[in-house]
Amino acid sequence: MITTENLTKRFGDNVAVDRLTLQIAEGKVFGFLGPNGAGKTTTVRMLTSLIAPTNGRATILGYEVGKDDQNIRRNVGILTETPGMYDRLTAERNLSIYAQLYEVRDVAGQVEKYLRMLGLWERRHDAVGTFSKGMRQKLAIARSLLHEPRVVFLDEPTSGLDPEAAKLVRDFIAELKGEGRTIFICTHNLDEADRLCDRVAVFKTQLRVVDTPQGLRKQMYGRQVVFHLAETAVGWETAVANLPFIKRTQTVDNKLILSLDDPETHNPDIIRLLVNQGAAIQFVGELRHSLEDVYLQLVQER
Amino acid sequence: MDKIKTIVFKEWAEVFKNRLVLFTVIFLPLIMVALPLGTLAAMGNWNDELSQTSNDVPDEFFGELCEGLSEMDCAQVYMLDLFTLMLMILPVTIPVTIAAYSIVGEKTSHSLEPLLATPITTGELVMGKTIAAVIPAIAATWLSFAIYLVGARLMVTDTIFAYLVDPLWLIAIFVDSPLLTLMSVAIALMVSSRVSDPRVAEQLSAVVVLPLIMLIVGQSVGFILIDQTIIMILGVVVGVLDVVLLYFSVKVFQRETILTRWK
Ligand SMILES: Nc1ncnc2c1ncn2[C@@H]1O[C@H](COP(=O)(O)OP(=O)(O)OP(=O)(O)O)[C@@H](O)[C@H]1O
Ligand SMILES: [Mg+2]
Repeated sequence: MITTENLTKRFGDNVAVDRLTLQIAEGKVFGFLGPNGAGKTTTVRMLTSLIAPTNGRATILGYEVGKDDQNIRRNVGILTETPGMYDRLTAERNLSIYAQLYEVRDVAGQVEKYLRMLGLWERRHDAVGTFSKGMRQKLAIARSLLHEPRVVFLDEPTSGLDPEAAKLVRDFIAELKGEGRTIFICTHNLDEADRLCDRVAVFKTQLRVVDTPQGLRKQMYGRQVVFHLAETAVGWETAVANLPFIKRTQTVDNKLILSLDDPETHNPDIIRLLVNQGAAIQFVGELRHSLEDVYLQLVQER
Repeated sequence: MDKIKTIVFKEWAEVFKNRLVLFTVIFLPLIMVALPLGTLAAMGNWNDELSQTSNDVPDEFFGELCEGLSEMDCAQVYMLDLFTLMLMILPVTIPVTIAAYSIVGEKTSHSLEPLLATPITTGELVMGKTIAAVIPAIAATWLSFAIYLVGARLMVTDTIFAYLVDPLWLIAIFVDSPLLTLMSVAIALMVSSRVSDPRVAEQLSAVVVLPLIMLIVGQSVGFILIDQTIIMILGVVVGVLDVVLLYFSVKVFQRETILTRWK
């Protein structure tokens, strides 16, 4: 469980995070989206007790940032934006150092568990300096989980990974969610957020919106149906626009795009009208907006 | 406690894989010991041929230093004093090198942030890094001194040897040196927070050596004669500086400062 209340961070005159108020329920995957410089990393650093908020408050699992910092650090895992490793030491040594610092009881057991889980067991005796970027990222994810934290912060977990490695990491995150952990992901990958997250926030210094990915799409565009016509004629769009249940119309090439709340009920009426007007309907389909469309619109506003 | 231990062993595992650090910790002490012993051996051979070696000793010190000694013996005592003083360069340079590489290395590899996200206190972290730099430095200094003593014992007379194990030098090696080590670490910690190249950190921190070099040069040109008072004063001054510097280096070592200002 994560809550923030008017959480604010200023660096000199520059406001990086402005009055962020959020609630994230236990066991959920929360996507934190925003452009470069939006303040995502700064937010994560505040929530993991690495830097202190200028104003406002936040609690993680009931522990208050700034008051119970040690307890927060014990119960939270973090994959930092640039996950540094000790390059001269082996993968195994790197993890066991962290397991000790995280006060893990069965150091060897936990290290082995996560090395195996992330497919690095065979390379455990190799110096991390010899690892590829993807392997390093996987090792860093393993490091953030050694102490079985109930809340995990992942700052751009798949950035810089090839599609295969990225998928592996995504599947892994889905698995973590299955274990009931609360996961907070900062990402630029909207497709990823769409697939993984229960809820997403669009954030640019201030919170723009929070909703489920589906909810966001609906909130922005309602539902839209597209009619592919052999050709368009003047007057058809207006005729359709006059129907009482149509909210918005738009013609693009030979496509008529209509916004309405209940296409299941009203599509037959629209089809009848268009056919009566002499239109040749080739296809009818629902227009699915990607989360990316929603995001770009929100980020570009203001 | 366990976390401090983890940090210390981590530092050693990392930093001793660096050639430059290894060189400083192993070869520098070897050179510092080989020099005086080699000179002693050479002096032994000259012994009878040249007895005007005492020209090396600045005239000012003649009375003070060499009361009741032959000219030759006096030259040896003078030379041994100089080399023992030079041995004190070790507790300054070794920790500076270790601390500079450990901190700047951590900075450039971006490993400080995940480290600071763990439930280690900044105090434990500073302590771990300090101990990791202090122990090898003190060990190398004492070991070098021990080898130096054993070697000298075999080559010099009892009278001269007594000058080597004079309280003056015992204080210098067993009190002043550890204090100097602490001072170097504190300075290296602070300098390292400001720079991003370990070599620069090392060079900047190496200014700690300057007062020592001044003492060495001072003695060799006859400007001052190192005696117990000077060594005691040195110990007190460095001790006080240690407290002040460690206070400031712990202040510099704050999670937020490290993450937002250490570039
Ligand atoms: N240590 C700092 N000192 C001064 N300003 C900072 C500091 N850290 C971050 N900022 C500023 O705060 C703002 C937010 O930065 P932050 O790194 O949190 O963004 P982000 O959303 O993580 O961006 P990205 O997607 O590029 O990682 C930026 O304007 C940045 O310049
Ligand atoms: Mg960031």
